[in-house]
Order: sequence, then structure tokens, then C-alpha cells
Amino acid sequence: MNFRIPILKLRDTLIVSIQWELDDQTAIQFQEDLLTKLHETSARGVVIDLTSIDFIDSFIAKVLGDVISMSSLMGARVVITGIQPAVAITLIELGIRLEDVMTALDLENGLDKLQLELEA
Amino acid sequence: MSNQSSVEILTEWDIVAARQLGRNVAKELGFGTVDQARITTAISELARNIYLYAGQGRIEIQQLTENGVKGILIIAADQGPGIPDVRRVMEDGFSTSGGLGAGLPGVKRLMDEFKIETIPGEGTDIRATKWLR
Repeated sequence: MNFRIPILKLRDTLIVSIQWELDDQTAIQFQEDLLTKLHETSARGVVIDLTSIDFIDSFIAKVLGDVISMSSLMGARVVITGIQPAVAITLIELGIRLEDVMTALDLENGLDKLQLELEA
Repeated sequence: MSNQSSVEILTEWDIVAARQLGRNVAKELGFGTVDQARITTAISELARNIYLYAGQGRIEIQQLTENGVKGILIIAADQGPGIPDVRRVMEDGFSTSGGLGAGLPGVKRLMDEFKIETIPGEGTDIRATKWLR
């Protein structure tokens, strides 16, 4: 019953595409898996693509926010990409602010943004 | 007219089951993607509140028709400890769980109507409605 979210490595960046609705356990597992992979690969950037996600509740938002802060502690930058209009609207209405989070419209823009950030 | 179905909330997995049920009903009723996301998110928050604070309870989804307008009613009911100070939990930024759960004001904003009845020591009954415009 417990799915693992695949984490791919491309040069110095980890790429994650969340393809299905996250339950609490999968979200927590993802947090651990991503940090372990960061440690193993010494990747400097992470792109988390949420194109397939059609809703985010406060729990998933907290897990995402936490994993961004944790990655930052380990010296990596995270970009969130592909947030759907419905997700953006409900997150703000719900009162959740993902502050200081790098975002981009899609994976391609996210990788570009991350590259610029890492070169700076 | 009302057509109902419900999910007992006992474990984290039931939160997923409740929001999937709600999303399916919302889709069936003809709600657009943004309202589907609002309804799904509201159910997820209410179900998580039950799981966190009451331990167990029930999410009930009803289809409504009033004056020819269709709607969806979410009932979140539990026999938990109740909420001693309702006015306080309806203030933005109030949380007793260290940031878990955006709280009831968020759910209220996502829905059109919101009603809460709670008796300390007996339980809580929250009813939230979204109308199909």
C-alpha cells in the first residue's frame, strides 16, 4: 500500500515528478527519501514537479515546505514547478503561504531557473 | 432531495478515502476543477481534524437540491472532546497542533456555507456546503 516516489538524478540536480495523490505516509517517506538521495549524490538542486497534482491540503503543503527547508539546510536549492491554477487558488484561500519558495511554470523553466541560481 | 454516502475516519487512509469520495461526488454533480479542488481540500482538512483531535468520527457527503440549485454538503461529525472556545479556533492562525491543519477558517473560506456545533465532552458537528453556480 506504500508507494515510493521515484527520484531521478540529472547531473547535479534531482528531479521528482509527483504523479498521484499523496497520502500522509507517502509524503513522509518522500521527505526522507529525498534527503537521503541528496546526501548520497551531493546534488545541489532539486526540481519537484506537481503538474499531475490536482489538490494540496495543509498537510502536504507542510511536508513540501519542510522538505524545502531541510534541503536548504543541506545546501541544496529546491524549485517547485507545475502548480495547477486550482491548486494555487485553494492554497491561498486555505491560508497557506509557501514563502521564499522558488517556483516555475513548468519543469523546463524550473531547470533553467535552478541553473541560474546555482551559477550565481 | 438528498443522496448520501459516508466514510468512517479511523486511520490516515480514511482521510484519503473521504476526499476521494467527495471529489467523485463533486465531479458527478458537475463542479469545475477549481471547486473540485476546494471541496476535496475542505474534506481533507475536516477529516484530518477528526483524526487528530477526536481520534475517530465520520465524514458524510450529501448531494443537495434547493430551489433547483445543486450543491454538496460535507458533514464532519465526531464524539471527541469538542471545542471549548469556538470563537478562538475560527480565528486565522490559531492552531493547537503545531501548524498541522490550516484550521477551520480556511475550510470556511473554501466553502459557501459553514456551520459548527460543538459541545465540550460530547463532540463536534461541522456542516459545510458548496453550491453549483
